[in-house]
Amino acid sequence: MDLLQLFLELGQSTIRLSTPLILAALAGLFTERAGVFDIGLEGKMLGGAFAAGCVAFVAQSAMAGLLAAVVVSVLLSLVHGYASITQRGNQIVSGVAINFIVAGSTVILGEAWFRQGGRTPALAEGARFQAIDLPFAEELRGVPLLGPIYADLISGHQALTYFAFLMVPITWWILYRTRFGLRLRAVGENPGAVDTAGISVIWMRYRGVICCGILCGVAGAYLSLAANAGWTKGMTAGKGYIALAALIFAKWRPVNVMLACLLFGFLDAFAIRYQGTPLPLIGKVPVQLMQALPYILTVVLLAGFIGKAIPPKAGGVPYVKER
Amino acid sequence: MSVPYVKLPAWVEYGLIPLVNLVVAFAVAGLVVLLVGESPLEAAYHMINGAFGRGEYIGFTLYYATTFIFTGLAVAVAFHAGLFNIGGEGQAYVAGIGVALACLWLDRIMPWYVVFPVAILGAALFGAAWAFIPGWLQAKRGSHIVITTIMFNFIAASLMNYMLNRVMKPLGSMSLETRTFDAGGQLPKLDWLMSIFGLSVGTSPFNVTFLLALAAAFGVWVLIWRTRLGYEMRTMGHSPAAARYAGIKEARIIVITMMISGALAGMMALNPIMGETYRMQLDFVQGAGFVGIAVALMGRSHPAGIIPAAVLFGVLYQGGAEISFEMPSISRDMIVIIQGLVILFAGALEHMFRPAITRAVLAFSGRGRTQAAVKGA
Repeated sequence: MDLLQLFLELGQSTIRLSTPLILAALAGLFTERAGVFDIGLEGKMLGGAFAAGCVAFVAQSAMAGLLAAVVVSVLLSLVHGYASITQRGNQIVSGVAINFIVAGSTVILGEAWFRQGGRTPALAEGARFQAIDLPFAEELRGVPLLGPIYADLISGHQALTYFAFLMVPITWWILYRTRFGLRLRAVGENPGAVDTAGISVIWMRYRGVICCGILCGVAGAYLSLAANAGWTKGMTAGKGYIALAALIFAKWRPVNVMLACLLFGFLDAFAIRYQGTPLPLIGKVPVQLMQALPYILTVVLLAGFIGKAIPPKAGGVPYVKER
Repeated sequence: MSVPYVKLPAWVEYGLIPLVNLVVAFAVAGLVVLLVGESPLEAAYHMINGAFGRGEYIGFTLYYATTFIFTGLAVAVAFHAGLFNIGGEGQAYVAGIGVALACLWLDRIMPWYVVFPVAILGAALFGAAWAFIPGWLQAKRGSHIVITTIMFNFIAASLMNYMLNRVMKPLGSMSLETRTFDAGGQLPKLDWLMSIFGLSVGTSPFNVTFLLALAAAFGVWVLIWRTRLGYEMRTMGHSPAAARYAGIKEARIIVITMMISGALAGMMALNPIMGETYRMQLDFVQGAGFVGIAVALMGRSHPAGIIPAAVLFGVLYQGGAEISFEMPSISRDMIVIIQGLVILFAGALEHMFRPAITRAVLAFSGRGRTQAAVKGA
């Protein structure tokens, strides 16, 4: 029973911590499958979180906040798209720039508008997403093993968490079972062929970038409206880069993205839970090592020691129509 | 990188276009100031005054510029070989260990001019070692340098957190830093240099590392444009296929380039550790590795452009401190915005204004009018 309790506890925080990662990594999946690399996930998430915090406070509505997050994040995506698709600029440079601009301007604007030392005012109940109890959660609690798992692990999360997990099969379906998905993948592998087929490479890529913006916005809104009660300075704290790492780890596949994010979320939950307590067999693990583990794993994967991560072939290369 | 349609005169390529990009970046930053409800002109005044108003302020400006020359050169060297080293931050951070070890070992028994070369060597070695791994992984295993260097920034942060928490902190101390160095670990200020111009350094930490930075800039110029290695690096940066065809060993160039880049980024650590605080503190790099990206883009990866670009960012840092002091609603984060905008306009959108400028320049010079008409530029 004690072990079950522990499992539930860790499982719950794993799900909580991996939700924004899943959303951001799926966002990256759409744009990178379309051939536009994006290391600006961090900035878009932060911008979305900020917009969500501001608007949800002013309008006292979580939905308004979510909408604002998506709008801001899509606008940032379009800047990235304009620089890297239309102007054929360096995608990495553009992504870095967006991270900087957002990191700076959220602090300046937040301070100017609310004067609370790098945060938006705490949001009241109505302006946040509430936990949802799935049907029969309480009634089934008595069932051994499965009851508590259903009641405590699966039920009781916010709507955005369910949305994130639902997006995994939806993304898979969009990518592999729709015409849009086929073209999106093609444009990331061989834009020339797509162009020959009479489909606009530019418009396809813009659509990939917009999908990325929407999901990054939701990830941001999750941070400020569900996981916390408002926006705080630099609240993404590297989650955008972890999502990027997860995306590579997952070799650009939707279901693997979810698994990789759950793994990184679990490492995080584990590090928080066992800070400073010695573990059996291994002894005392420095918390810094636990924090660095997702990055180390990604480097090891990139080095091809645990399978090869092959990015979309045309990724990072601006498309130039031949004349 | 796309090729310009028409070859432009050097003053347009290296002067006018970067200047236009810079002006646009500042204009957008001015919009943010307006959005906050303050006057951009007043902010500009405080920035200029805060950066140049007194000898002490100039000292601070040049102190920051010293740091940015190193990180800017680091990014530029990698750029020339077609590599995007985004890991200057982590390389500089880890290089701090090399500086700190040299100082902790020698500061009580040797004068600064003996400790300094050892510390330079330490910084360069640790910085190069931290850049070697991503370089090697790219050369031998084909992992993408951008992603690995980002990951290495995070790993460096965790590593340094551990080092300062457990290893390098003196016994019984609570704050995350090494002990304060004795005289041997403290670099002299450049007051004699400033007094030539009738200025006083005041409390600013403007120190001899500045001269090392200038020497490094000259060294990079020699390396890139006057040596065989530099030629091979540039060839590879232009066309990896041509380089391979010419018999240049790609893997070797990648690894060497990354190690030089890491060593340059690492030397940045000398400036704050030996020149200002006389101890290694948590987070002493403070984003300088990322500023290097903006500096290299602004300076067009040429040392002669990087030095003024580094001074410009020195002005931003020092002037930005003054703005946040005089205008409380604008914090130092304004610098981060401007930095981002410079990276965006000078880097990702560098070709946005090129067609218009090309047309204007050609129309003005008259000589190229027919050429422009033919090319439709």
